[in-house]
Amino acid sequence: MQFVAEVGAATERSVAYVGGLAQLFGKSLWVLFASPLKRGRLLHRALHQAMIAGVGAIPIISLITFFVGVIIALQGAYELQRLGAMQLVASLVSISITRELGPLVTAIVVIGRSGSAFAAEIGTMRVTEELDALETMALDPIAFLVVPKFLAMAVMMPCLAIWADFMGVLGGSVFGVIGANFTFASYLNATRDALLMRDVTTGIVKSLVFGLVITAVGCQEGFSTSTGAEGVGRSTTSAVVVSILLVILIDLVFTTLFYVARGVA
Amino acid sequence: MAEPDAVAPAIAVKDVRLQYGDREVLHGLTFEVRHGETVVVIGGSGSGKSTLLRTLVGLERPSSGEVRIKGLDITKASAREMDAIRKKIGLAFQGGALIGSLSVGENIALPLVEHTDLEPTTIEVMVRIKLEQVGLSGFEKYSPAELSGGMKKRAAFARAMSMDPEILFFDEPSAGLDPITAAGIDELILNLKKAYSMSIVVVTHELASAFLIADRIILINRGNIVAMGPVEEVRNSKDPLVRQFLDRVADSDQDDQVDHLRMFTEGID
Repeated sequence: MQFVAEVGAATERSVAYVGGLAQLFGKSLWVLFASPLKRGRLLHRALHQAMIAGVGAIPIISLITFFVGVIIALQGAYELQRLGAMQLVASLVSISITRELGPLVTAIVVIGRSGSAFAAEIGTMRVTEELDALETMALDPIAFLVVPKFLAMAVMMPCLAIWADFMGVLGGSVFGVIGANFTFASYLNATRDALLMRDVTTGIVKSLVFGLVITAVGCQEGFSTSTGAEGVGRSTTSAVVVSILLVILIDLVFTTLFYVARGVA
Repeated sequence: MAEPDAVAPAIAVKDVRLQYGDREVLHGLTFEVRHGETVVVIGGSGSGKSTLLRTLVGLERPSSGEVRIKGLDITKASAREMDAIRKKIGLAFQGGALIGSLSVGENIALPLVEHTDLEPTTIEVMVRIKLEQVGLSGFEKYSPAELSGGMKKRAAFARAMSMDPEILFFDEPSAGLDPITAAGIDELILNLKKAYSMSIVVVTHELASAFLIADRIILINRGNIVAMGPVEEVRNSKDPLVRQFLDRVADSDQDDQVDHLRMFTEGID
């Protein structure tokens, strides 16, 4: 019985947590579209966030997805070689990168760079009374801190995912040229022929949702920080862990939906 | 412009109680702060004075009672009314609470940028004036992390004053500072008091500074008002609790040695 009660309590906590994320997102939407606020300043802050969270992530995401592209090509080559189908390496790489690995690897890098930073930033502000200071100046912490982050991530995550797709394909092409008798141009042609528009768009849709979830989790963990430096550390850790878990879960749901939708079409 | 608000006291607190969980921290406080008056709330650590300050600015919601700022009960105010009140008050936090991602100048400009339609150049001039008032001229470009504790506090004063508030709150303005810097801060509050007709509420445990800057003193102990009145009256009070606090230099442990011993044995069978 104890076990059932614990499962029940854990479920209730999870539902409340996700409810909190939805509330944060809803409030942000309200601030963005319905409140009498200076939107120019808000966009200015969003731009600043986009530079840090988006543009700043380009080098590391390029490097990682390039290597992932090479790895997928190498792994695939084992089996493809046995079947004598090495020419399929381009489509293997392009489809697995655009549909899955580009958005996912991007999300995980962004969680490490930005999700954790959001939690640490807001958590520190809670501890140093900066959030209270904002409130006493009649500035809404959601409008001041959260909305710019949502805006920045909603725009930058899909852009980063597209860039990650490109770099992954580039990585695959290195193997294609060296190990599979492709020229660079023929590899790109093979990639173009293998890809459907839908492969890319599903990845982009997923990455948009990932971006919103990462922001919501990071900010919520920041706001719920308890006192002290230890509290900030804990919030940062759980922002990363919870974000990764939710991103994978959402990935599973979306991929299932896309798969079912494909079956119908 | 003689609206009824003008005759209402700057702050009127009526029977305010505040609970954290089932522990009551403020046990029904009632007092007023008149226009242009400087009231200093003194009390030991854990006396509830900081909680009282947070309640006065609406960061804590009392479990019962009224807090009227310029006639408006902020415990029942809507978010919009609260914002309007908050634009008329300034709070200088104990640790400064400057926004770390902004420079000192941007911190002071923040309320002006967000709440007014002033030209950026006008705001820049106003920021310089405020910084000059607190003796931090030329520090606009510094980040808060580059300032010392005393400078952070002074920058926080400048930010609290940036909207030319009608009521100014200070949380422990001289705590954790060396005597010279602390004296400088007292001087600064005195100057502000002279130069503007602001109502000022200061929360502190520094007796010397309390006697220096206050018009009236409120002494709080364990969530109750022990004494309230003009400086001289409180200073000459015969009330044992007031004396205990004021004569703190004397070893007060002597009196409650039995209590002290009981603390170690209480609840143990």
